[in-house]
Amino acid sequence: MADPVLTIIWGGILAFAVFMYVVMDGFDLGIGILFSTMQVGRQRDTAMNSIAPVWDGNETWLVLGGGGLLAAFPLAYSIIMSALYAPLIAMLLALVFRGVAFEFRWRDPGHRAFWDFAFTGGSFLAALTQGIMLGALLQGVQVEGRAYAGGWWDWLTPFSVLTGASVVTGYALLGACWLNWKTDGGTQVRARRLIRVLAPLTLLAIVAVSLATPFLGNQYFQRWFSMPRVLFTAQVPLVIAILTWRFARSLRPNHELAPFVLTIAVFGLAFVGLGISMYPYLVPNSITLDMAAAPASSQGFMLVGAAVLVPLILAYTAWSYWVFRGKVAHEGYH
Amino acid sequence: MFHDADALFLARIQFGFTISFHFIFPSFSIGLASFLAVLEGLWLKTGKAVYVDLYKYWLKIFAVVFAMGVVSGIVMSYQFGTNWAVFSDRAGPVVGPLMAYEVLTAFFLEAGFLGVMLFGMKKVGKRLHFFATLMVAVGTFISAFWILSVNSWMQTPAGFSTNSAGQFVPAAGWLPIIFNPSFPYRLVHTVIAAYLTTALAVGAAGAWHLLRDSKHEHARKMFSMAMWMAALVAPVQIFVGDQHGLNTLEHQPAKIMAMEGHYQSHEKGAPLILFGIPNDEEQRMEHAIEIPRLGSLILKHDLDAPIAGLDTIAPENRPQAKVIFWSFRVMVGLGFLMLALGACSLLARLRGRLYDWRWLKRFAVLMGPAGFIAVIAGWITTEVGRQPFTVYGLLRTAESASPLAAPAVGASLVAFVIVYFAVFGLGSGYLLKLMSRAPQPHEPEPANAPAHAAGITPAQALAGGRAETTHG
Repeated sequence: MADPVLTIIWGGILAFAVFMYVVMDGFDLGIGILFSTMQVGRQRDTAMNSIAPVWDGNETWLVLGGGGLLAAFPLAYSIIMSALYAPLIAMLLALVFRGVAFEFRWRDPGHRAFWDFAFTGGSFLAALTQGIMLGALLQGVQVEGRAYAGGWWDWLTPFSVLTGASVVTGYALLGACWLNWKTDGGTQVRARRLIRVLAPLTLLAIVAVSLATPFLGNQYFQRWFSMPRVLFTAQVPLVIAILTWRFARSLRPNHELAPFVLTIAVFGLAFVGLGISMYPYLVPNSITLDMAAAPASSQGFMLVGAAVLVPLILAYTAWSYWVFRGKVAHEGYH
Repeated sequence: MFHDADALFLARIQFGFTISFHFIFPSFSIGLASFLAVLEGLWLKTGKAVYVDLYKYWLKIFAVVFAMGVVSGIVMSYQFGTNWAVFSDRAGPVVGPLMAYEVLTAFFLEAGFLGVMLFGMKKVGKRLHFFATLMVAVGTFISAFWILSVNSWMQTPAGFSTNSAGQFVPAAGWLPIIFNPSFPYRLVHTVIAAYLTTALAVGAAGAWHLLRDSKHEHARKMFSMAMWMAALVAPVQIFVGDQHGLNTLEHQPAKIMAMEGHYQSHEKGAPLILFGIPNDEEQRMEHAIEIPRLGSLILKHDLDAPIAGLDTIAPENRPQAKVIFWSFRVMVGLGFLMLALGACSLLARLRGRLYDWRWLKRFAVLMGPAGFIAVIAGWITTEVGRQPFTVYGLLRTAESASPLAAPAVGASLVAFVIVYFAVFGLGSGYLLKLMSRAPQPHEPEPANAPAHAAGITPAQALAGGRAETTHG
């Protein structure tokens, strides 16, 4: 029923959707995480305004990730969502708080402090739970037949806490790099200072997760270190090292876009690394892409739409970013 | 599977709760987006300031409604997996692609153009901005199209076969799945409901301000537009609702039996039960007030037609009349009140007194929330009426749930209830606050427009919607 080529293509499209989400909502959530470190008033307003026109579109990639998984790999969707029940619901509620704060903050100046907390707390919790879910999936979930068979706290382990903290740090770095690019004056100065702290922390997190993953079992060690695979997989840390060196050099005052782009590139390589660890499994050790694939008629029907619509979506999303190009606020406007 | 009855019940409550809350926002934003497109179109065509003022006034309200719709909608896209894993696995190959199309054709379109619509009035030209508004409005409609196709397929499944894993899979082509038997009726009925809901909310805001100042130009304009909508669309909606009901009678007769409270079959001419106390345990209607034979006339358009009752349905397949008998009456009752409001407004208009009759304005204010209540009542009627199945007649609700323990579902339900009431309760309060302020000449744009887009300072932005824009 399922077609192996369509299945690979859909695996790729979903990986693309998840990566788009991680980068785009990543810097949104990162700004939320850093929000409490900014001064009330101009700095916070500027930071929030820099993402107000685009956050909704950024978050839509999360819906595509969930909806696409249901459509293309329904079995994996049903198992993963049950296995990650508690962190997933916590993430959804966190996103409720952070999403409405964009509007409510301005509608209710008397409770601005509360909505600022909702924004920063919601962003932090959403990032943390996303990282925890990544770790929980990597460490594997218990499956019997076509259903999740584990307990309700299986997701909580030292490894998933490590991935949770890593994602929080990484998103915060993305957010700081975005602010460095899109703002000026005091907000930008603060963003630069944050980058100098967050960049080493993010690198440390990547190294820690990379070192821990092969020892989780699930054949991760073989997928990375068996010959001749290692000739390919070894390129990933190598390129990350080169990018890190470039990143360090880009932290000079006249580089505004470069740190953001380089951070995205490092995220991209970390993502490739995850792909190396997971493939061909969607649920480590139990469900492969092929096992979970919807029939060719379902995947083919969607592919027609995706082939036309995803480029169109990228085009008008780019247009929307272009409309709001440039620095968000001008220093000394008062 | 291994879940117990409590977990199943809690999961049903959770889905019903989260989707009912969610449904309130799109039923407002679908209508409001179209209303905004009409206002901006009229402004471009006539150049009259009243239209752009009303546009900016309702845009601020739309932004809050839309934000609440987005965040409550993201919850829905994951609820299928968290609480209804077996349904997701088995129905995913059919309903999944329809939902994926909703994301690709509607959500991205709305989100992509929303930023320009909300904050871009000074960044792009008037025509391009109008285009953005149109795209958002079209997006809300496309979204309704796909999600109602999914919902209709669960009510009247068509065009599928089953594979060895027990999954529903497309049999041949997607058109029979998308355009399943109840879909056209449900789509028209629901989209009109959204328009009517918005018209009543806009009309109530207009009437509220007219009660204070019957000469207020902006309030007059929105009241008049809303009353036209109510007068023209309410009768159409009642006709469409009747057609939808006949379609349901054909495909889901048990739902109609429960809605009408027909526990017993009638061989010749069934009564219309106006009110009564449904007793599902004993399968009889207590204290019924009924009009003989009218039930047959409405359902079969024939006074003497026989009507089958729930006694012809196997007990394990019966929906609960005690819920949908009432929810159906709430919806229909409100529908006729909407018809009455529209008719009264026509009368007032004919006499040239549309803005003068205080009782009409009071009536319109009272009817402000009627659309939301009717939408939820109708939704409950059709969804509870689908029970005890998720895919009607084929997949039982009891077999659809995730293998969850009751405490896990219960804890998440409590969290949803607390967060939703707090967040959306406050949000509704902000909406009322925005609506309680009358639209002004030179209505300001949303206060949180990015400084480079609207040219307002953060200090003014913090002062809320009252801040005037200082261009320059």
